[in-house]
Amino acid sequence: MLKKHPLASFILIGLLLFLLSNRVDELRVFQGATVAIYVIAIASIILLTGYSGQVSLGHGALLAIGGYAAALSRNHWGAPVWLAFCIAVLAAAMGGYLLGLAAARLSGPYLAGTTLALAIGLPSIANQFSIFGGEQGLLFDIGAPPASLGVDFTQYKWYFWIAALAALIIIYWLRNVMNSRYGRNWKAVRGNDVAAEIAGINVGRNKVLAFTISAGIAGLAGALLAMTISTVSPGAFPLALSFSLATGAVLSGVTTLGGVMIGAVTLVAIPEIVDSVVSRYETSETVANNLPGLLVSTLLILTVLFVPNGPVEQMRARHERRAKR
Amino acid sequence: MSLVVKDLVVDHGAIRAINEVSFTVEEGKLSAVIGANGAGKSTLLRTLSGLNTATNGSAYWGEHNLLHGKPESHVRKGVSHVSEGKSVVAELTVGENLDLGALWRRNKKEATETKQQVIELFPRLGERLSQRADTLSGGERQMLAIGRALMSKPKLLLLDEPSLGLAPLVIEQIFQTIRGIVDSMNLTVVLVEQNAMGALKIADTAVVLNLGHVATSGSAAELIADPAVRAAYLGY
Amino acid sequence: MTQFINMLLIGIGAGSIYALMAIAIVLVWRSTRVINFAQAGMALLSTYIGFELVQKTGNFWIALPLAMVLGALFSALVEILLIRTLIRHSTSGPVAGIVPIIATLGLLGFIRAMIGFIWGNQDVQIQPPLSKIGFKVGQETIALSPMNLLVLITVLAMVLILGFIFQKTNLGLSLRASAYSPEIAQLAGVRVGAIRTIGWSIAGAAGAAAGLLQTVNGTGTVSPDSLEFSLLLTFGFIAAVIGGLESLPGAVLGAVVLGLVLAFVQIYISGTLVFIVAFALLLLVLLIRPQGFIGTKAGRRA
Repeated sequence: MLKKHPLASFILIGLLLFLLSNRVDELRVFQGATVAIYVIAIASIILLTGYSGQVSLGHGALLAIGGYAAALSRNHWGAPVWLAFCIAVLAAAMGGYLLGLAAARLSGPYLAGTTLALAIGLPSIANQFSIFGGEQGLLFDIGAPPASLGVDFTQYKWYFWIAALAALIIIYWLRNVMNSRYGRNWKAVRGNDVAAEIAGINVGRNKVLAFTISAGIAGLAGALLAMTISTVSPGAFPLALSFSLATGAVLSGVTTLGGVMIGAVTLVAIPEIVDSVVSRYETSETVANNLPGLLVSTLLILTVLFVPNGPVEQMRARHERRAKR
Repeated sequence: MSLVVKDLVVDHGAIRAINEVSFTVEEGKLSAVIGANGAGKSTLLRTLSGLNTATNGSAYWGEHNLLHGKPESHVRKGVSHVSEGKSVVAELTVGENLDLGALWRRNKKEATETKQQVIELFPRLGERLSQRADTLSGGERQMLAIGRALMSKPKLLLLDEPSLGLAPLVIEQIFQTIRGIVDSMNLTVVLVEQNAMGALKIADTAVVLNLGHVATSGSAAELIADPAVRAAYLGY
Repeated sequence: MTQFINMLLIGIGAGSIYALMAIAIVLVWRSTRVINFAQAGMALLSTYIGFELVQKTGNFWIALPLAMVLGALFSALVEILLIRTLIRHSTSGPVAGIVPIIATLGLLGFIRAMIGFIWGNQDVQIQPPLSKIGFKVGQETIALSPMNLLVLITVLAMVLILGFIFQKTNLGLSLRASAYSPEIAQLAGVRVGAIRTIGWSIAGAAGAAAGLLQTVNGTGTVSPDSLEFSLLLTFGFIAAVIGGLESLPGAVLGAVVLGLVLAFVQIYISGTLVFIVAFALLLLVLLIRPQGFIGTKAGRRA
């Protein structure tokens, strides 16, 4: 269904989500928004790593750029919400462009190390300059939902709608991009960049393009994240976020967009599961704080060792092998 | 102790590189393995030394199963493989490359004696002991590679295209040296070569590989005289 | 003038700690061709073990070498459990290069969570064994304290010992050969698996020393989310890259250079720019001279 009538499918999913959001409680709606944001962020990593073969451990930094750009534009220039989001995308994309220029000449562990350094250092940069609001950060308020949606329409539902809509649009658009000439170019570069160069693909330019687009999308996710918590601060974009996103990408299957929901849902589900375990068994605070991290990293290690291409790809490969027999 | 290979099958992913290859090399004999590029010659040696895994079949050096275990363990049973492309460690010195081959040996005194013997065999190496291996010429590097293999005091020597990329005069030298050590050290040697004529001239027996299976085999003299072999590999 | 000398001393002092980390990174890189991002996590764990040892024995001088030994053992364990599995299950295809990176990252997260589990997320304090007050030269107190001196001596000792091992012993020859050409080493009879484990063990010991000394030389406290450790990993990595990732003396030199540059920036320009300068230096080296300023081989992209 998805393959034959993509546009219709996406609209259908959108309607389903709308119906669902009316039936569940506030917490679930908020989590739904978080899932949507993770979907966008993970998709950006899939684009970068899965499709163009570049590793970024610092996507948290790109989300932060988006978040801060959105907050600053709204607070200092009074930009309307949609414009703030666009500025977030552009700012992050610019950051991604610069990073991409450097990254195009690096590979493997060098690139990973550099992006990791960025993820570690960016929060401390935010702390240094007062314009970024230091440790507390800045306010990012998108305002109440429009009156036309009715009096019962809660703030969180509004967040969910915006995030979900953004996610649907981004995924739909990305699918088209991946299937286009650009997507094929990126796949060629990912497979063997020397061969791609010989085939006439400008490897450098394609890599930078992938980085730029990936960063822009990440910036959007960052702005949306800031929206849901109404602030943007260094604490909202810790190193752990970059790790979580990388984990989510691996869980989803880094090479394909199809499984992106798996990673996003897992990332939101794990803290949830931990919370219910904690409250049921009245375990200590240290357990509550660290169990999510423990589960996520164990999951990451197991997945990357045994199912490195992600469960979706694994099942697809197994399906193909069976079909051959 | 002889090398007995029976119905050996080796796959590279979906490609069957070695397809039911069988041959025997008696102790102290030099067997040449010739064939076109891609015939599976290198894969054969790599499987015998443990770098590649076989899919099926058997290969025994005396009582020792060559298809089981890591390359390091085969070395300790007297098998030495000089892989293709002048297998020396470029960043180490000539002396270190030689020492590398004897690291596993317990008897350090004997190892030193072997090093002396290798230097006597290849005096040029002796002159360049403290130079980095990547400063050597092609021929010297090949000598170093063979020297390193000899440092393990092998009984079975696997040589992968030692003549590749070398000048004709140097090739002549290398082949003479190889024949020399077979005779003087009573080594058993499997010599994989694209230079079919040169290899056949110094060999006792030979195997011709084509697309992974044995096209023909026999004594070297027979194969040199064989018109089909001459046409395909010897150029006349 | 005093300020200048102090800057030099601070730079060398900081650089020497980065050097320990850089040594660990280069060791693992040279023996396995993997950048172990969990290095900081392992150093962190060793630091906590050091903390426990100091608590139990009350003696830092016993705790430090013991922590290094335990760090070495833990590192060997990681190599056997994680890295060998990685090699056994290695895939080809697009994700191949990324898998080890993600695996070591997962390990980092795992270690941090475990530490939080066992010791909690609060700061934990380790008493420095030596005074951190600078020596007096005439009337002035210079930025060199007994503690700094200990670190410098430790680093120097490590570099000398490791250099000796690598260049003059059979073990060192095995380590180098296994790193440069693992296949040829195998064919020469070197047990490359065991050698790799040894390489990781040495790295683990160096990392343990780095973590413990960094802590007592700095704030004296450590926690699982400690920024200092993340920075230690980053600066150690940058130092290793400046030195070219291929040589241990290079790593040390790179670390000292980095330490001096950052000290200069901290004292003469502005403390807030320190990280930016470090990052810029990293980019500079990677883009202009990827083999590092001390390395000799043609540039490494991967």
